Amino acid sequence: MSLKFPIYMDSHATTRMDQRVFAAMTPYFTEIFGNAASRNHAFGWQAEEAVEKSRKQIADLIGADAKEIVFTSGATESNNLALKGVAQMYAEKGNHIITAATEHKAILDTCKRLEKDGFRVTYLPVQTDGLIDLQQLRDAITDKTILISIMYANNEIGVVQPVQEIAKIAKEKGILFHSDAVQAAGKIPINVQKDGIDIMSITGHKMYGPKGVGALYVRRRNPRVRLAEQMQGGGHERGMRSGTLNVPGIVGLGEACELCHKEMAEEGRRLAFLRDKLKDKLFAELDEVYINGNMQHRLPHNLNVSFAYVEGESLLMGINDVAVSSGSACTSATLEPSYVLKALGAGDDLAHSSIRFGLGRFTTEEEVDYVAAKVIDVVKKLRELSPLYEMFKEGVDLSKVQWTAH
Amino acid sequence: MAYSDKVLDHYNNPRNVGSLDKADPNVGTGMVGAPECGDVMKLQIKVNPETGVIDDAKFKTFGCGSAIASSSLATEWLRGKSVDEALAIKNTEIVAELALPPVKIHCSVLAEDAIKAAIADYKAKEEKRTPVGAVTA
Ligand SMILES: Cc1ncc(COP(=O)(O)O)c(C=O)c1O
Repeated sequence: MSLKFPIYMDSHATTRMDQRVFAAMTPYFTEIFGNAASRNHAFGWQAEEAVEKSRKQIADLIGADAKEIVFTSGATESNNLALKGVAQMYAEKGNHIITAATEHKAILDTCKRLEKDGFRVTYLPVQTDGLIDLQQLRDAITDKTILISIMYANNEIGVVQPVQEIAKIAKEKGILFHSDAVQAAGKIPINVQKDGIDIMSITGHKMYGPKGVGALYVRRRNPRVRLAEQMQGGGHERGMRSGTLNVPGIVGLGEACELCHKEMAEEGRRLAFLRDKLKDKLFAELDEVYINGNMQHRLPHNLNVSFAYVEGESLLMGINDVAVSSGSACTSATLEPSYVLKALGAGDDLAHSSIRFGLGRFTTEEEVDYVAAKVIDVVKKLRELSPLYEMFKEGVDLSKVQWTAH
Repeated sequence: MAYSDKVLDHYNNPRNVGSLDKADPNVGTGMVGAPECGDVMKLQIKVNPETGVIDDAKFKTFGCGSAIASSSLATEWLRGKSVDEALAIKNTEIVAELALPPVKIHCSVLAEDAIKAAIADYKAKEEKRTPVGAVTA
């Protein structure tokens, strides 16, 4: 097979939809177009049947009951509904929420909003490997804490948090536990019962499904979680999320979950092999390469590395036939280097030099070989251009140099 | 972000990459920026003591493509100029030549700073070497 360019290796941003998902969805745009809430004719029944099938497919992937799945427009909405929904519903119990500094903006910005509304939020720091410190979590809990929200796996560095331990701590204290599982769902085994998760967000487009559709798992038993609705309307989804259901999208999300469920074990092994191959090649050919985040507790398809003394955007420019992303400030809208990498405490310079590789279902070994060779080549070229690499080679301690910050 | 053809050209074929001997009395070295900010430029000039003209200019840059292009272009412009002519190079000229978008203007500013720093270093060496009133032969 010959390579097709550009090569996509940015699966944490989004994934290509699986043809099988697309095939499952298509009839629901035209032929089976009913409103799932129409109770008195076949169009509605067919749509409802498709929605309920999807609910089951999602529930099966995460060890939940179909009744515990609430459809949303994606994980941004799921996260908003979870956090605001809990905060408002349980406000009389307390006003304190605990989350982590490395969460997705859909969590962090929602928390900021809640702070404006009078809630108190603790943003736990992470350790240098990206994992939270469970003792710090324990210490942060007060008798006003109503919710702990910690992501399952991080979207930049792929580290998988100790979800079961977090859940245990939450349970001991009678605190609800929400997890943003966008990056983990369908990639590594998740079981909301075993894991002890009360509320969990997922989205279609990170698991080879469609964009604009997601779900929120909301526990019905032990404890029964209640959420304040964030949109008023027809009272769909047990009153938690009004709005006519996006039937084709929901069918796609369900199909995507079923495929992940079936293929996850093998796909995970394959991707871990390819990811490790990529890593090993980079380390074999280049010096001063640093892995960002814990390598053991990590998604199988993620690699996030910093090529010291090379700026990320210039590296992306050199590998312009490969789609990856960088934590460099130059590639972000805010001109700030990645807050996730900064939270690891390794220093902004390594954030500027970082590249995130996100392998996926359609990544081939040939692509990995090509990307490794290309990255190695460009890093070498840019290091010849780098005054910092030159100084490093001369034995200069860069941390002792007086820079003219600007 | 789309890059201009000129930025791409300098990125793909950077001019005058390298280092001159820092200890050479005719070489001025400017190093500006900081690793935490994502760009560091080292720009060096070598001035002909007979003519006062910049014979050679070299750069090394850690930074984005626009930073690399700005410093590469600067070395091209410096060669053949007198020190005073070099001091007159403005960042806005670099912006115009490379068609830099607003978010990349700081790259051109850094290049101008690097030119000034290299010249200041050269002048400091020159002053040390040449006591006031002495004739340079
Ligand atoms: C960890 C995480 N949470 C939430 C989101 C937002 O998901 P969506 O794009 O479905 O709104 C993303 C994706 O960008 C993500 O990576």
